[in-house]
Amino acid sequence: MYPRPFDYFAPLTFADALEALSDQEGAKVMSGGMSLIPMMKVRVLAPAALVDLGRIPGFDTITTDDVVSIPALVRHRQVAADPEVQRHAAALSEAAAAAGDPQVRARGTTCGSMAHADPAGDQPAAAIALDSTVVATSRRGTRRIPARDFFQDTFSTALSHDEIVERIEVPLSAPGEGSAYLKIGRRGRAEGFPVAGVAVWVRAEGDGVVAARVAVTGVSSQPYASPGMEQALVGAVDTTTITAASQQVLDGIPVLADLHGGVAYKSHLASVLAARAAQAALARARRSLGRYDISERGGHLWN
Amino acid sequence: MTVESTRQVAIRINQIPFVTEVAPETLLVHHLRQLGFTGTRVGCETSACGACTVIVDGSAVKSCTMFAVQAEGTDVTTVEGLGDSGGGLHPLATAFLDHQGLQCGFCTSGMLMSAAALLDRSADPSADEVRSALEGNLCRCTGYETIVRAVLAAAAERRGAPADAPPTVVRRADGGYLSRGE
Repeated sequence: MYPRPFDYFAPLTFADALEALSDQEGAKVMSGGMSLIPMMKVRVLAPAALVDLGRIPGFDTITTDDVVSIPALVRHRQVAADPEVQRHAAALSEAAAAAGDPQVRARGTTCGSMAHADPAGDQPAAAIALDSTVVATSRRGTRRIPARDFFQDTFSTALSHDEIVERIEVPLSAPGEGSAYLKIGRRGRAEGFPVAGVAVWVRAEGDGVVAARVAVTGVSSQPYASPGMEQALVGAVDTTTITAASQQVLDGIPVLADLHGGVAYKSHLASVLAARAAQAALARARRSLGRYDISERGGHLWN
Repeated sequence: MTVESTRQVAIRINQIPFVTEVAPETLLVHHLRQLGFTGTRVGCETSACGACTVIVDGSAVKSCTMFAVQAEGTDVTTVEGLGDSGGGLHPLATAFLDHQGLQCGFCTSGMLMSAAALLDRSADPSADEVRSALEGNLCRCTGYETIVRAVLAAAAERRGAPADAPPTVVRRADGGYLSRGE
């Protein structure tokens, strides 16, 4: 309940933050603190120093030009509400809208969620499916890491100890593309940690899917891309073919039981969510081509 | 390593400026309670229950999941800051009493703050929107139904609209509440 004492830095510039992070032994970065502070309260983490990014100006606004750019202090509720994110990155918008709860969404940040790499992180799954890029900066320079390569293990990413996730970049959506994210939380809730969550992005031409990206969260040691379902979705045109493809969502992914679900339960949830998310993504992709299907099913899974 | 063990923080709490020395690891909830704002509760230790909810710069947040130093320069409203300075109850508090939105009362401060933040941005929320706004606040007593009813009644009262549900708690003629045996 009481974090261990630490040295506290609240730099006013990003450069000062990078310096503090690399100079202070055992320092960790804090943006929203919604994952970091609970871990410090139970002393799973006890960093010797915290570098609080909260006072640095210029990192709290989403901008859209040739990419959708989400910098380090943008809160979940901003990502959920932003019209450009909804337009170009619907899966990320839906993941942010369903993350945590209202109080958590007021403080928690998307970049923080990426760096924290919770095995049940909502936005990490969406970031993978949307082919996002993590822009990681240290005093040594800046690296661009594809989201697909970013998550390496439970709470482990490709970041070096002195790097800060400066922003994530999501490609703009072209006509014929659509995405969606669906999850089921603990006790069947629509929010909170997902027992299973699936993000799907598709590109459609004519009737069916020509390209797909899928990611799953909440069922394993980390969020995973699902190449099995990605390949199976190519050529899918309707509920039947999508449902068939969704049976492969967990191919090659080690499903782990936890307090909130056994392997069979989580696997079942994942395949159902995958099918519904794929239907919603395909419906959005078709709509962007001016095609409407009144019999389509899709959209949010309401509690 | 030489470390300053405390930092000075300036926080406006219920519109009163407070400038104090805090250790960086002091959680905002403990800082508030140390200053006497004990209406803000420590409930779960896992950032789940929301009994610690306060409003910081207009947003409902969990004060147990913030360090006091992060609140530097902010405006914080605790449950003590709802209602008027003459001791009059906020319409939400009256509605919670009228509609039995509490039993033990432990979650109530947090519920009131989340509800107050909702009503500040939404004059006519639906029942689903109220439930959604209270997702981060847990109650072990009521089953939530009366809490939702109370929030909707307070919203109606603020709009000057007739409430959908009549109060379930009977008042005395002088406006007070009946106690056992009366």
